[in-house]
Amino acid sequence: MPVVVPSNLREALAVLATEPDAVPIAGGTDLMVAINAGRHPVGTVVGVGALPELRGWRRDGDDLVLGAALTYRELADPVLASGCPALAQAARTVGSPQIRNAGTIGGNLATASPAGDALPVLVALDATVELASTRGTRAVSVTDYLVGPKRTDAERDELVVAVRIPLSDSRQEFLKVGTRNAMVIAVASVAAVVDLDARHVRLAMGSVGPTVLRAHDAEAFASDAIDWDRGAQLDPAALPTLGALVADAARPIDDHRSTASYRRRCVGVLATRALRRLCVAPPAAGAGLAA
Amino acid sequence: MTAFTLRVNGDEHAVPDAWDGESLLYVLRERLGLPGAKNACEQGECGSCSVLVDGALVCSCLVLAAGVADHDVTTVEGLVVDGVLSDVQQAFVDAGAVQCGFCTPGLVMTVTDLLARDGEPDDLEVREALAGNLCRCTGYGRVLEAVRTTIRRRRGDEVAVPVPAPVTR
Amino acid sequence: MSPTVTGTGRRAGRGRVGDSAPRPDGIPKVQGQFAFGSDLFAAGMLWGHTLRAPHPSARIVALDTTAASTMAGVHAVLTADDVPGDLLYGLEVRDQPVLARDVVRYVGEPIAVVAADHPEIARRACAAITVRYDELDPLVDPELAADASTPAIHPDGNVVRRLTIRHGDLGATGDVTVEGAYEVGMQDQAPLGTEAGLAIPGDAGVELFVPTQSLHGDRSQIAACLGLPEEAVHITLAGVGGAFGAREDVSLQVHLCLLALRTGRPVKMVYDREESFYGHVHRHPARLWYRHHADRDGRIVKVEARLLLDGGAYTSSSPAVIANASCFAAGPYLVPNAHIDGWVVRTNNPPCGAMRGFGAVQTCFAHEAQMDRLAEALAMDPIDLRLRNALAPGDRLMTGQVITGTAPVAEVIRACAELPLPEPDPTEADDWRARPGGVGRTTDPGDLRRGVGFAVGFKNIAFSEGFDDYSTARVDLSDGIATVTCACAEVGQGFVTLAQQITREVLGIDDVVLAPADTSIGSAGSTSASRQTWVSGGAVLAAAEAVRDQLLAHVARTRGTPTDHLAIDDGRIRATDGSVDVGIVEAGAGVAFTATVEYHHAPTTELDEDGQGDAHLSFAFAAHRAVVDVDPELGLVRLVDLATAQDVGRVINPLQLRGQLEGGAAQGVGLALMEEIIVEGGLVRNPSFTDYLIPTVLDVPDLRIAALIEQPEPGAPFGAKGVGEPPTISSGAAVAAAVGAAVGCPVSRIPVRPQDLTTDAPAAPAGRAPCLVRGCSGSCTIGPATQ
Repeated sequence: MPVVVPSNLREALAVLATEPDAVPIAGGTDLMVAINAGRHPVGTVVGVGALPELRGWRRDGDDLVLGAALTYRELADPVLASGCPALAQAARTVGSPQIRNAGTIGGNLATASPAGDALPVLVALDATVELASTRGTRAVSVTDYLVGPKRTDAERDELVVAVRIPLSDSRQEFLKVGTRNAMVIAVASVAAVVDLDARHVRLAMGSVGPTVLRAHDAEAFASDAIDWDRGAQLDPAALPTLGALVADAARPIDDHRSTASYRRRCVGVLATRALRRLCVAPPAAGAGLAA
Repeated sequence: MTAFTLRVNGDEHAVPDAWDGESLLYVLRERLGLPGAKNACEQGECGSCSVLVDGALVCSCLVLAAGVADHDVTTVEGLVVDGVLSDVQQAFVDAGAVQCGFCTPGLVMTVTDLLARDGEPDDLEVREALAGNLCRCTGYGRVLEAVRTTIRRRRGDEVAVPVPAPVTR
Repeated sequence: MSPTVTGTGRRAGRGRVGDSAPRPDGIPKVQGQFAFGSDLFAAGMLWGHTLRAPHPSARIVALDTTAASTMAGVHAVLTADDVPGDLLYGLEVRDQPVLARDVVRYVGEPIAVVAADHPEIARRACAAITVRYDELDPLVDPELAADASTPAIHPDGNVVRRLTIRHGDLGATGDVTVEGAYEVGMQDQAPLGTEAGLAIPGDAGVELFVPTQSLHGDRSQIAACLGLPEEAVHITLAGVGGAFGAREDVSLQVHLCLLALRTGRPVKMVYDREESFYGHVHRHPARLWYRHHADRDGRIVKVEARLLLDGGAYTSSSPAVIANASCFAAGPYLVPNAHIDGWVVRTNNPPCGAMRGFGAVQTCFAHEAQMDRLAEALAMDPIDLRLRNALAPGDRLMTGQVITGTAPVAEVIRACAELPLPEPDPTEADDWRARPGGVGRTTDPGDLRRGVGFAVGFKNIAFSEGFDDYSTARVDLSDGIATVTCACAEVGQGFVTLAQQITREVLGIDDVVLAPADTSIGSAGSTSASRQTWVSGGAVLAAAEAVRDQLLAHVARTRGTPTDHLAIDDGRIRATDGSVDVGIVEAGAGVAFTATVEYHHAPTTELDEDGQGDAHLSFAFAAHRAVVDVDPELGLVRLVDLATAQDVGRVINPLQLRGQLEGGAAQGVGLALMEEIIVEGGLVRNPSFTDYLIPTVLDVPDLRIAALIEQPEPGAPFGAKGVGEPPTISSGAAVAAAVGAAVGCPVSRIPVRPQDLTTDAPAAPAGRAPCLVRGCSGSCTIGPATQ
């Protein structure tokens, strides 16, 4: 299990190209758990967390481009959060301060757990994953990138280098259920984006399927029901239907953490509350608060 | 096998023959003679192994030792200066925040980091900052009091009474 | 404004009894220099590792260690055939194999152990041991296990103990009856320090450094398994990273000694967290059925209960746990008539044993839920109902024992119940972290229901049923410095501090040093049952007093003053008429004083076939009141406030006592809301901190102590009762009751899971509960008369 720490992206990609079993590591919050448990990668471990090309974030026209090695703590940065509040909300729910200082958005994508906290937000934001290899770069929508539980569209020699988020005038919420009030893997989560430019609602759900799911029928219903011309408000009487449609779109399982029926109930309730906060006047006490 | 140098608490340590997959926690404890950081889960779920790497609080069990060569590591052993406990360490002692002590080094590191970044956190901010450190003995009450004590002392509202050195034979 | 002077100096006083003396190991612990078992090192040491069974029930058909033994860096591979002495060990009954031979009875049961140069090599060597298993159908249903027709998974049968309490008139009935069925899941002690130890072979035996709760209890079992006399096994207590019952049973001790003796090298072993979950006993999961009878005025007439505890694969301390659960099954109330049927059975589930509260935790949840249902049936205030029935000194328990000590039950209830409820904190009104779901942003203020719950519980202090419960301590005094030697296992609770305080108090000196705890002195018994303050404290007190008397006698002789005219006063020895006034150092110059005392508390008796007997030394009582906010649509809970009052006898160290109340309450909160070892088909589903959740600092509020009731207990050193367990007994019950109050449906199972609370959860069982013993013909005297 050799370890290499390249000093730039080109070197890193070269290792990934020449060694078919090479595995990238950034914060190590997933990979080190496996290594500590004796599940050792057979190939070279390539440190990518400090690659300058993967660090930082920038505006590129109407897009926000986040380096893959941005940590959860950095995602909660107030300037970044103002453009992308749901991502900052999700980042705050990850693990502990120790985990947030190390774990990265690129790692969340590469691991592709059905419970990955940033993933429903990225899906609801119609984000794009940028992958690089010695053969060049390509972009793929997050939805297409997340193929299944812990399976992605990335080729073996490709590295997640950035996430591109199209910014729009939108209201956003991320809600996550866990059994304890801190440090929990999501039992169910919902990311809601009310896109005022596109006049469309996007609802993504985590931990209720093999990967992040969109609630298309619920999105259509909500998008139609919202009065976009008058403050993008929603009649609260529409919320129960919305919740039922979201619950119907979930494909949860029973496991030792929770039950399918509870998870299904959760996403319905979470989506209802998200839209209530974002589109039912007066705004609920919690909407948009920094705390 | 791999060889590298770690900079811990300001000192350079050569690590000539570590197995590649060893975590920073393992190397600190088993190779560098710095057992202050504790292994209570090796999954990043308990915070007992917390250290600072380049000033950032992380779980050392999740850090590949070879990956932090030439970075600055601070452990609990680095908080004592000239034989004097840091004010955070002293507050833990004074407030009764130590029972079995297994979680203590990790908590001390987390509190040290918190108060270095925010001098006047309120109760919920303190709790959120400490949520990654599990303690099974104290129920956290006296730990929170240790944080409040440190804040008061830094503000000058309180002074610590020096404790006489314990008698030894 | 001049700064407040606080810190150890002022609150610590002179470090005497009643002062918040600082603990002597606090400074090394905050520096990371305190040596826990996992920190030990010896030159030339090897690393041990254990191969564990992957099946809950199986025959071992073939076992081949060749590949492991021949691996480079491996020094020993041992199996059951390599155990030179007794194969079996155990706390009450020696029925647990050091290493499995022929049959596996629980998942994780040790099959073989390996010693190698590096822990990674040891791990790979274990993986290279090939075992062929014939998997058997595991017995996982305790109701089946209680049925006599179920095949025994153990030569002694599946029922470890059945204890029946028959008290008063079993035919008595009340105007009002309430019945309920309750369930308690399997909690784990989850001490942060995992199992660890270092064994060093010697010429004639072995030296073992291990974190444990009982050095001598370990030693007698280890010696028997090694086929050595006890004196050949020397145990020194290594730093303990918490215990809470997990270290009462032997875990890796015999393994380490075997490997050290076989290899001739020091051997160290450390369990990782996953292995730790498999490697120690857990709290007994329980199914409890109750029927309470009361008259119209709310006086309890009769309590009937059937208790079924799942002891898992081996006996451990199950007989004592069911005794506790049964004796205290009805709670701290006057119960004139009672029929309690307590069972603890063997299954192929993980073995269960001691955990803080020891049986009384499970029944407290049930009896307090029953009291709430009774209050509702009577349209009575639940606090008034409890006060009406509260035990008092002189009352007779349902085991026939009259309470001769203190029993401030009413005082504890009142103090806790009368503490004003918390005021809303305006700074928290808009903060996610102050609502269920926390920063998960699940819950808005309008989504909440608040509930308040109350519970009071009790249990015994020290060991019961005639156990010869004692401790040994030695005090040496020379040149004004006292040394205390006691094998009491310090597990974090702070006995080391009390030992110093007691010695300072008696001898009037400041400098007290503690010798390491090891087996060169006699036994101090186990650190459990909240007993050490009384029993080891009593031994230290008696030894210090003996040394004081020797010192005074010495001064009397040398000064020609009658001994009874002399007294110690703050570092000096003075005569009543002022004719002697000498410093202790000068008075004792050139003389070494020493005394060793074996302190036994007053004897208790066994319980007879009707569960009657003066079985307990003393009792301690505590109450909790919990305030929770529940989000009923999601079933999420936040504990807003927790208040307590406790009967403590006498406060020896206020700061440490507070730490026990806070820590114990947190464990009860965990049991109520989140902690459960999930076992399916005998397999453990969540052996990690990722999925076995213990409370974080965001899950427990500051504990508000309404009162510490100090009524000195007769016969107890300084009148002090042990305080470690009561906080864990009624805290979880109070939280569960609060949750039920919030959602409008009583909670009948802990830990309560979110899906249990949401409105589409299955309805709480109504009407009569089925008899808990499967195959019951209906002719048993408790349970429904007709189906």
